[in-house]
Amino acid sequence: MSEAIETHEHDVVIIGAGGAGLRAAISAAQPGVRVAVLCKSLLGKAHTVMAEGGAAAALGNLDAADSWRTHFYDTVRSAHFINNYRTAEIFAKEAPDRIIELEGWGALFDRTPDGKIMQRPFGAHTFRRLAHVGDHTGLELIRTLQYRAIQSEVEFFQEFTSTRLLLDGDRVAGVMGYYRETGRFALFRARAVVLATGGWGRLYQVTSNSWESTGDGAAMAFMAGAELGDMEMVQFHPTGMVWPPGVRGILVTEGVRGEGGVLLNSEGERFMLRYDPERQELSSRDVVARAIYKEVQAGRGTPHGGAWLDITHKGAAFILRKLPNMYDQYLTLANVDITKTKFEVAPTCHYTMGGVRADPETCATTVKGLYACGEVACGLHGANRLGGNSLSDLLVFGRRAGEAAREWAQGLEAQPGIDAAEVQAEQERVLAPFSVEKGENPYDLHAQLQAVMSTHAGIARDRAGLEAGLAKVEELKERSRKVACGGSRMFNPGWHMCFDVKSMLTLGEAIIRSAMARTESRGAHWRTDYPDETEEMGSVNFVVWRDGDEMKLKTAPVPKMPPELRALFETGRAPGVPAPTGSPSERR
Amino acid sequence: MKDTITLSVFRGDHTGGEERSYDVPVTEGMVVLDAVHYIQQHLAPDLAVRWNCKAARCGSCSAEINGRPRLMCKTRLDVLGEGVIHVRPMKSFPVIRDLVTDVSWNYRVARQIPGFTPAHPAPFVMHQVDVERSQEFRKCIECFLCQNVCHVLRDHDLKSRYVGPRFMIKIAELEMHPMDTVDRIDFTQKDAGVGYCNVTKCCQEVCPEHIHITDNAIIPMKERVADEKYDPVRMLVRAIRGR
Repeated sequence: MSEAIETHEHDVVIIGAGGAGLRAAISAAQPGVRVAVLCKSLLGKAHTVMAEGGAAAALGNLDAADSWRTHFYDTVRSAHFINNYRTAEIFAKEAPDRIIELEGWGALFDRTPDGKIMQRPFGAHTFRRLAHVGDHTGLELIRTLQYRAIQSEVEFFQEFTSTRLLLDGDRVAGVMGYYRETGRFALFRARAVVLATGGWGRLYQVTSNSWESTGDGAAMAFMAGAELGDMEMVQFHPTGMVWPPGVRGILVTEGVRGEGGVLLNSEGERFMLRYDPERQELSSRDVVARAIYKEVQAGRGTPHGGAWLDITHKGAAFILRKLPNMYDQYLTLANVDITKTKFEVAPTCHYTMGGVRADPETCATTVKGLYACGEVACGLHGANRLGGNSLSDLLVFGRRAGEAAREWAQGLEAQPGIDAAEVQAEQERVLAPFSVEKGENPYDLHAQLQAVMSTHAGIARDRAGLEAGLAKVEELKERSRKVACGGSRMFNPGWHMCFDVKSMLTLGEAIIRSAMARTESRGAHWRTDYPDETEEMGSVNFVVWRDGDEMKLKTAPVPKMPPELRALFETGRAPGVPAPTGSPSERR
Repeated sequence: MKDTITLSVFRGDHTGGEERSYDVPVTEGMVVLDAVHYIQQHLAPDLAVRWNCKAARCGSCSAEINGRPRLMCKTRLDVLGEGVIHVRPMKSFPVIRDLVTDVSWNYRVARQIPGFTPAHPAPFVMHQVDVERSQEFRKCIECFLCQNVCHVLRDHDLKSRYVGPRFMIKIAELEMHPMDTVDRIDFTQKDAGVGYCNVTKCCQEVCPEHIHITDNAIIPMKERVADEKYDPVRMLVRAIRGR
């Protein structure tokens, strides 16, 4: 049964209204340019709102020696040299301007004593670098962008689920989806589409991600023929809540360690001194997460399988001012007063470094007219994302994607064509779960996929486990063909879950295939059967793409840095840091 | 605590509906949203509920739990006692389905507030003490629980006259921003309808971010309006000048 479909026509359609999508909307919007933002939730609720610690930018407000070169150095080193150097270079150079721009739009960051933007130390950043507002920086960022964007002519379509990218030949032509409220379809014809749809942390059982992080954007791009890169790189944040069960995975900001918190095992030992004597608790996330995992495996875990985090020595007044949400979160949800006692933390799936391969300058994907920015894109973070780099990533590349999409749209002479048969077929596909009898429960499939991914492609991986995981994903994929739902089309979460599961199965397969191919350990990707980083693997990225119904994998060379950037890594010291004159200072 | 608990959840839409009971197994530390998720996964997959972060950051899962407006993700079952837990949608907004309400009015109001307009381009030199008041208001997660309990909106449905507590703190935040140059006093009085608030402070009582909505935003804004509009000397000057 086909229905008359609501049709809109825009120059630029942006999917996603987190930091990247909103920043893209602001730069795409110009008089005479028709811009629409489609978002799966209400405006201002996207996952960006959960970012806590801050936005990294070499403003040098506290440490004058900081510069884009040092930020670039820290980013590339933590990415274990498989990110795109040009993406990182643009990022480090432009991040300060983007932060100052936010201040000009009304953001109120915490201040230094001389009235500038305050900057906080964070894991693996050489200098104090994160602009922040207490422990709710993401809220500040999204609210600033949201209120800026609604002052423009941008049209917002809230609680709209996008299900398919439509093509005209080899270029993008529009987006199809439905309103969650009514279940009715709508077609957005577009000259350019910006994907700003975030990551896919919901693939794992223990995650800090909100329900939205199901990877629909990456899966849609894959279906449309775009390449996905670095899919094996999934970040486990070292510190998520552990107990009680309902809160397992909720993020505990790295700011706790940034502000002086220390990690202890069940024997009271500050074990990070063993794993990274130089950077200690502020080592990169992959190192700290693995250290906690190893301590638990060695029998030195806390009662519920984590590590202790202790910040009581900083005093209640300091904690309440710097970490108000953490205090409230533990008191309300776990009956723990973090100003008085240490608390349990354990790794939680937090971020996906991989995603749609995007050009450093324009965020263009391998599909014409399709752009990707923010977490859904791949290129900046390589094998491990630095804390604080995500928020500035959204701003730098959100802006670039919005501009490039507008320019592409303005360069087209006519609106690309839409294939009516494709629109019809998509409606049938999306409605199919209503007419499957005795089908699969999408919630069950999701729970089983989460179990498979956590067991077989989690923090520790090996060949046998990945192979078994792939077989299970294939089996779940087969079962997902008969996914079913009941009820009406009006605001029906069971129905929505049918597509979320399919997206996640595609990405789960991509993660496992890429993880099998990377026969080494690098950054977040830890292969217990290949424990070392190899030079050979350091020169390639793994890329998956769709060939008919099949997922294909290939390698792409990591772009080579020009000599002047390469030289930054030759002293073995971050730019701006003087030659060492003794033992590293004690933090406590 | 008991092994299972009964949730009585509103099922229906704008044409009406009724509460239906669901038995949910209890685990330690469980919150109301966990129980609602259990119902979705095992008993009623089409139960409509808005939620995003499950960490009290996004303000999506607002509902009335045993008659009190709360975030479902932050309300532990063990603080609600032993009896049946009643979960209903926010009363001040039209029901779409089950626990989901139509809050679009709030987004329309947001567009009407004159935006931040600085004296000169950033960067700004601003001191912590000068930004702290606005920072308090910027902690707002837009859960709209304050709008839900506001008598003007809830009992009198005067949405066309008063913007409600959420947007009073938005106006106050902009007015108290050290670098902002726009005068919103006239807007606050006429368009925003600050005079409708009768200072019962219900809004600040339900705020999950503990923002002092009435004390720190609405009362000062009332005072600014009074200073500007009802100061006898200024009133006399206006009467003489004819504006």
